[in-house]
Amino acid sequence: MILDVKGLNVDYITAKGAVRAVNDVSFQLRRGEILGVAGESGCGKSTLIMALIRLLRPPAAITGGQVWLHPREGEPVDIASRTDRELRRLRWRSMAVVLQSAMDALNPVARLSAQFADVLRAHGYKNTEERTAELLEMVGISPDRARSYPHEMSGGMRQRAMIALALACDPELVVMDEPTTAVDVVMQRQILAQILELRERLGFSVVFVTHDLSLLVELADRIAIMYGGRIVELGEAAEIYRAPKHPYTKGLRDSFPPLHAPVTRLNGIPGTPPDLRNLPTGCAFEPRCPRRFADCTERRPELLAVGDALAACHLHDRERTARA
Amino acid sequence: MKQGRWRFLTKRVAFYLATSWSAITLNFLIPRLMPGDPSSVIVRQLQRQSGESVSPEAVAAIQKLFGDPRAGLLQQYWDYLVSIARLDFGLSVSRFPTPVGELLADGLPWTLMLVGATTVVAFVLGTGLGIAAGWKPGGRLDGFLSPLSTFLTAVPYFWVALIALYVFGLVLGWFPLGGGYDPDLYGRPGFLGSVLQYMVMPATTIVFSAFGGWLLGMRNMMITTVSEDYVLLGRAKGLSAGRVMFRYAARNALLPSVTGFAMAIGGVLGGALLTEIVFSYPGIGYLLYDAVSKRDYPLMQGVFLLTTLTVLLANFVADSVYVMIDPRTREAGR
Repeated sequence: MILDVKGLNVDYITAKGAVRAVNDVSFQLRRGEILGVAGESGCGKSTLIMALIRLLRPPAAITGGQVWLHPREGEPVDIASRTDRELRRLRWRSMAVVLQSAMDALNPVARLSAQFADVLRAHGYKNTEERTAELLEMVGISPDRARSYPHEMSGGMRQRAMIALALACDPELVVMDEPTTAVDVVMQRQILAQILELRERLGFSVVFVTHDLSLLVELADRIAIMYGGRIVELGEAAEIYRAPKHPYTKGLRDSFPPLHAPVTRLNGIPGTPPDLRNLPTGCAFEPRCPRRFADCTERRPELLAVGDALAACHLHDRERTARA
Repeated sequence: MKQGRWRFLTKRVAFYLATSWSAITLNFLIPRLMPGDPSSVIVRQLQRQSGESVSPEAVAAIQKLFGDPRAGLLQQYWDYLVSIARLDFGLSVSRFPTPVGELLADGLPWTLMLVGATTVVAFVLGTGLGIAAGWKPGGRLDGFLSPLSTFLTAVPYFWVALIALYVFGLVLGWFPLGGGYDPDLYGRPGFLGSVLQYMVMPATTIVFSAFGGWLLGMRNMMITTVSEDYVLLGRAKGLSAGRVMFRYAARNALLPSVTGFAMAIGGVLGGALLTEIVFSYPGIGYLLYDAVSKRDYPLMQGVFLLTTLTVLLANFVADSVYVMIDPRTREAGR
């Protein structure tokens, strides 16, 4: 196990009070595993992974829970409670990040080589040039492009350079925030294949965020579905896609064309994502749910085992009581 | 990449040479576009002012600059260009027969020393503090510096200068009331010290009024830049806070300030006017003031030409520096 998240809360602290963007999230990540996190805009998925590596920008702040990182060497560390100074040692060596747009994430006034060299040097690497060339080759970029500035590269190349940069210090955990959203579909597939291949070779774990569930099925081992700041379903990727346990997951699945099957009918989810400042007392998805019933407005469903997966939905209460 | 840079620079050089040429040409043409015969108007005016007849040499000097009505325009233009190339700007009328070039050469070091140095100091000080304030907006440093800067930039310069003159010059008597040096010490051992002593008040008031603007500009740019993804990534990389602050945030936030700085350097000669009038400082600004009040047209023209060319030169330097510090502009130059 590399990551053990326990009851994580993240609040956006505003003048009108705190708004909870990530609510009581718990999960574990195995070594070398790819966990996909999917959900609509504003469901808290990006906030969640930024909290995992403590890169939240104010006014967002972790207000509860623990994030235990189990590094290869040394004791487990609770990322949520360490000071920034203590975390610096772990950054990029244990945990790295790939952001959505490499154009914005790479320093526009520095050559690629300099952006590799500074992080390599900060973490004790000697032959920075050699290492940079090796990393660029790993993602299929010719090493002589190291002298380029970000604006001189194509979108796909920049994104792959970002991934190479993330792997610079051989991290154990890489969080990826929609790294393929800004590139075309062909490049998207290439990048996904590359991530899988590199994971095989280097054995790092990934938490990958996207709103595109069909994409995650191709990449992830397990998938977590988020709604209104909470995980509403968590299970094996293929299983989630084939037999979603939560009506929201089903809605999300049917709103995207599958990557590999013929396109049938696409159905969106009616209604709008919930207002985090004003969540319903019952299930947050209840107002939009096609299968809601009396219980849904009264009590909030807990994330409980349904078969091999976890789901937070009252539809499964009856099965559970029947079994008991 | 190298090639792009050179091509960009050659283009810029050509552009600025053309602009300088048009500035010189306008300087030649405008007096000649005035209705009637400007040189005889000026000669008559001078006669009325001084009450005595203008010497033939002065008339010749004026005619050289504003056109001898007997010569053709092209011939005049050619003569003008030749004399500019020889750095011959004609003779001053108010301090006849001192060449304008000599007056400019006398005033230039004073202005460059005072206004040039203070512009650099104000920029470095303001920008440095702006980086620190913008790194943690709303922090203690920012909470003190930003309101102070807003106040300082809102106060008119001449008011600050007059108050300083009154308090430190007149009431307390710490500093001299005006001038660039103590005339009694001219060419003697204490001369340099007296130059510094005379510089304190004008220099402090300039820095005082100017650094707030730099601070606010840099602070605001810094705040925008700090929320950029590449700064976040710098932090994620586990680099030291100082490196992220300077190499990632400030390095990018500085770009607009560099242009502003070059403009300020270009405006040094023109901007010196107010300071030099208030403190009777013997620089280019005071020279222009003097020329205007005494209707010394040749001197005015010399100052105008010098000011225009400085602005162009500073802009050219800014462009070239910008190409070096922002790789993205190299693309645009192609």
